[in-house]
Amino acid sequence: MSSTLAHGESPATLTKQEKARAMSTPPTGKSARSGPWADRAFGFLAKGAAIFTLGLLLAILASLTISAWPAISKYGLGFLTSTAWDPVQEEFGGLVMIYGTLATSVIALVIAVPVSFGIALFLTELSPAWLKRPLGTAIELLAAVPSIVYGMWGLLVFGPVLAEYVQTPLQNAFTGVPYLGAFVSGPPVGIGILSAGIILAIMIIPFISAVMRDVFEVTPPMLKESAYGLGATTWEVVSKIVLPFTKTGVIGGIMLGLGRAIGETMAVTFVIGNFNQLDSLSLFQAANSITSALANEFAEAGEGLHQAALMYLGLVLFFITFVILSLSKVLLAQLRKGEGAKS
Amino acid sequence: MITPELQAMRAGMFAKRNRINMLATGLALSAMAFGLFWLAWILWETIRLGLSGLTFATLTQMTPGPNEDGGLANAIYGSFVMVMLSTFVGTPIGVMAGIYLAEFEPKGWLASVTRFVNDILLSAPSIVIGLFVYAVVVSPMKSFSALAGVIALALIVIPVVIRTTENMLQLVPPGLREAAYALGAPKWKVILSITLKAARTGVITGILLAVARIAGETAPLLFTALSNQFWTSSLNQPMASLPVTIFKFAMSPYENWQKLAWAGVFLITLAVLALNVAARVLTRSKH
Repeated sequence: MSSTLAHGESPATLTKQEKARAMSTPPTGKSARSGPWADRAFGFLAKGAAIFTLGLLLAILASLTISAWPAISKYGLGFLTSTAWDPVQEEFGGLVMIYGTLATSVIALVIAVPVSFGIALFLTELSPAWLKRPLGTAIELLAAVPSIVYGMWGLLVFGPVLAEYVQTPLQNAFTGVPYLGAFVSGPPVGIGILSAGIILAIMIIPFISAVMRDVFEVTPPMLKESAYGLGATTWEVVSKIVLPFTKTGVIGGIMLGLGRAIGETMAVTFVIGNFNQLDSLSLFQAANSITSALANEFAEAGEGLHQAALMYLGLVLFFITFVILSLSKVLLAQLRKGEGAKS
Repeated sequence: MITPELQAMRAGMFAKRNRINMLATGLALSAMAFGLFWLAWILWETIRLGLSGLTFATLTQMTPGPNEDGGLANAIYGSFVMVMLSTFVGTPIGVMAGIYLAEFEPKGWLASVTRFVNDILLSAPSIVIGLFVYAVVVSPMKSFSALAGVIALALIVIPVVIRTTENMLQLVPPGLREAAYALGAPKWKVILSITLKAARTGVITGILLAVARIAGETAPLLFTALSNQFWTSSLNQPMASLPVTIFKFAMSPYENWQKLAWAGVFLITLAVLALNVAARVLTRSKH
């Protein structure tokens, strides 16, 4: 028995039951709605795109490991503690670059963290409402400036200024002083670990201050207002109420900035000097970082151990940033979970 | 009982707390000034040195050899082509993945893991993307090519677009979706013509920000698209791009190359900041 009406069939010939069924059936034939296959195809595409992103990370890890394998199997973890880097003799070790990367990032953090904290404090507690948006945007634009612009500005404008007004006076003051003298030695040309660190600091300030500003704003107004009501000053509210409430988020933001600083390539390549040495601890001596070694040497490195060693460096870089960024993400997620739960 | 001594002690403590507060807010103010100072200095030098190197020939002539006359036409063209193509490749994947995260199982394990991985990719060093594309595209093809550059840039576009698409879709009120479902629309239609349309401005903002990000990217192009002194429109050959050309020219000792590099820096900064401002204006007019 057909449940739908055949074309031209008179409804009067059908039983009551059949009539009811015929009425409840939606109109058939072509309509704007496609069947479940369209939904399934769309869902498949969406899921595929998500899996693609997931696979990308695994593919990056796998391809780097495979390409770096000749170097990994030859040097093992000793690669990380060896300072040799001689493409002619095919002797490779990554310590010089790893040191350069870590030293520049630490300098960047030392400068950027207090400044970002100040900026976040200013934007959340001090700034008049009409200035908040333009000032916040201006700081965010610092993050939008391409890194190559920072690099060129650092090499040709900032470097010479640093050499003339900072390095030369420091050298005059500290030459001959044990330890301190060694830190400021080197030709006064304004390239090296310190200028790379300063430029990295400028580049990560917008990232850290944006996170700090956002987490400061999740502090419940009730808490802050209670403190203000008891007569606390702005600084007391920030240091005793806001900061303890948001400390995981603040650390997460700092980690995010650190991850950025470690992975930054072009700005560092311009100003670090690209010189493989670890003989001098001077802040003004040309050095090398993982990213600048890759940027300078990879395109020219022939297939073989040199390229594999550079891939190994890339893998180390990816691993370090992966760990730091994961930590940052976990810390920020923790703040969001505990939001409002603890006082 | 408030004695004069107690009064004096309280006033003293209050003065001390006030001094600390003044010091802290003063430092915060100077931190703000510190940040703005660098932005102003960088922009000022870029405009000053960039405009002095910018001529009409910069836009119409090919990149020159050392101490010759020339412009940046092929580099500008190369950047334009690669940025356009990679946006066209990366955007659909990013939007679809963003849709998956926001509209299909937003709380499932796949969505959680993808979100986590995406945040990592968003901040991962772009030079690693270059290494990856070198290993999977350049090395098997045995030649540097614009195609490899496009793939590298597309891989940077994807996480940016995923993040903004997901965030913007989450802002669409659920009532809108339910109303569409109640009318009998299938899921793909609800998403494409209701939610995605409602979130359109936000998604476009994300794409603009992604374009701004890749327009200035140098590191992933260094060993994928490489560079080229001549005009080429073939995707199988190395292609010049503005950032890589700036890198090469700025590090050189030749004065004319450095001048061109400044002109290039000016053009790139102008384009990137304009895109950023456009993205901001778009989101502001929405709210």
